[in-house]
Amino acid sequence: MSWRTIGTIYAKELRDSLRDRRTLLSTIVIPTFVMPALVMGVGKVASTVVSRAREEIPRVMVIGGADSPGIRAELEKSGRFKVEAASADWRSLISEKRVRAAAEIPAGFEQALEAGSAPAVTLYDYEGELKSGLAVEQLRNFFVGLRDRAIARLLKARGLPPTIARPFELEQANVAPPEKIGGNLLGGIVPYLIILLCFMGAMNPAMDLTAGEKERGTMETLLCCPASRTDIVLGKFCMVLTGSLIAVVCSLVSMGITLTVVGASFVGGRPVPAGPAGAALSIDPAGILGVLAMVIPVAVLFSAILFTVSLFAKSFKEAQSYTAPLVFIVIIPAIIGILPGIDLNFRLALFPILNISLVCKEMLSGVWHWGYIAVIFGSTALYAAVALSLSVMMFRREDVIFRT
Amino acid sequence: MIEATLLTKVFHDRRKGEIRGADAVSFHVEPGRIYGLLGANGAGKTTTLRMLATLLRPTSGSAVVAGHDVAREPDKVRADVGFLAASTALYARLTAREMIAYFGRLNGLDEPSLRLRLRTLADELDMHEFLDRRCDKLSTGMKQKTSIARTLVHDPQVMIFDEPTLGLDVMTARSIIRFVRECRGRGKTVLYSTHVMSEAEKLCDTIGIIHAGRLMAEGTLADLRASTGCADLEECFIKIVSPGEPG
Repeated sequence: MSWRTIGTIYAKELRDSLRDRRTLLSTIVIPTFVMPALVMGVGKVASTVVSRAREEIPRVMVIGGADSPGIRAELEKSGRFKVEAASADWRSLISEKRVRAAAEIPAGFEQALEAGSAPAVTLYDYEGELKSGLAVEQLRNFFVGLRDRAIARLLKARGLPPTIARPFELEQANVAPPEKIGGNLLGGIVPYLIILLCFMGAMNPAMDLTAGEKERGTMETLLCCPASRTDIVLGKFCMVLTGSLIAVVCSLVSMGITLTVVGASFVGGRPVPAGPAGAALSIDPAGILGVLAMVIPVAVLFSAILFTVSLFAKSFKEAQSYTAPLVFIVIIPAIIGILPGIDLNFRLALFPILNISLVCKEMLSGVWHWGYIAVIFGSTALYAAVALSLSVMMFRREDVIFRT
Repeated sequence: MIEATLLTKVFHDRRKGEIRGADAVSFHVEPGRIYGLLGANGAGKTTTLRMLATLLRPTSGSAVVAGHDVAREPDKVRADVGFLAASTALYARLTAREMIAYFGRLNGLDEPSLRLRLRTLADELDMHEFLDRRCDKLSTGMKQKTSIARTLVHDPQVMIFDEPTLGLDVMTARSIIRFVRECRGRGKTVLYSTHVMSEAEKLCDTIGIIHAGRLMAEGTLADLRASTGCADLEECFIKIVSPGEPG
């Protein structure tokens, strides 16, 4: 193995790739501009939709309760609802979104309330529909308020203090610093994006430097030189790895700048709650460095896999058809990693991609499981080494290199 | 010098089974001589040449190129061989200068030697005008000159040409032929494969006729004419590869 030869091949591939628009697009332009724009764009749209839905006064319907006119009057008086006239087809009206929610009042409701018995009010909504959900939430708040007032009135009538029904108050306060909150909120989406970009960044250089060269006839030219096959693979592989890492760094830097400058109040379509986190969303720099360190073996793994798969193809187009399905193999564990309730354990620490997704999520939220970090780094490095050896083996095979 | 002894390459195909790309091919080429390997498409020329350039490993047999065994010392063989084929293309996004320099570095030239060699090649091949132009912007003739410079940058003892004029216009093909003659003039060992009879007639000191992977006949043009009784190389070729066919 000659480092000088590997360096010569790497320098040439780097120069060549910097002149390739497709590579520049996938490793620098997309990670820098499109992905944050997409994330922020989706966040902005989601945030706008939710706030508009919250501002809207919902149309609701009261079913039954003809003998309880006070309830209807109070609902109208609250100014929080547009109360529609009762209709027999109220279910279809909710389905058609002409009415957002309905409250069914039993007969003799007000009388029962005065008597202290417990009549049941049923609220109807269209589950999964945002505006319907918000309307039913407001109806619930209205009826809870009504119930509290009824309790207070009944207690007063019996000469009892109101605290008897509320013996203590419950308050909640946050102790997490803003960067930890930021880490928790971003912890899901950032590892997913990084894993995806790490893969996408390696994709184009891997295809261009293998199948692309075979197709253009330059692979045979290169094989005529005295460089060993291993040196050629390593020189080219270093370029693929560079593409992958550049994509990750560009994306992290760009997201960091966007968050700092915009002071995001939304991330990935999830509105950030008001307060310290919403005011200045930030991530612990140590978490970012940790993520970068963990990404290196993953980038090696992705680069080696993409290099090997693309090498088998005869043309760039054929390589695309082999590598495109791999995106799903990468995305699935990355998505599983961001699902709530999946915690890191020893078995999951050995599961490639999923382990990185989980550990990055933890590191960004300020939790450092050093044992797992070592296992994940070690196992991923081992998988990467196996994949790289496979690349060298494939490159030595005549039926792969001269496949026609 | 090139010394091929019973050089054989067997390919395995799932549908067609075993294919003998080259079957016990033996010949030798002395320095300062051009050996022409003449054969139809699929006759085994490229396979034989690729084995000698160490791009393919022989299944059996042996070959010594520039004093090195192709199986045991492939890197040393490649360091002493210049391989030019229709299928060896240029990097489109590199300039002609970068292309030549890249292969100079891969062949172990240091920077001062490389600069000197580049200047010499650019002078000899009249390349100064387009040396800093990207290869994808070059004309066919310019590309061919760049390819020649790429094969010569490390001044190899042995030159292997695999149908180098394939798909080229007459003027570019003539410049290639002239260049091959110059290689002989400089004392290099030249192996030249072609299916164009006129090229073999004009260029080669010795002609080997290859068919279905086997070397069917070998000799000077005069030898081949005498052994077949035909005046024309094309007729000689037909008589050797298809003895039953009318000439």
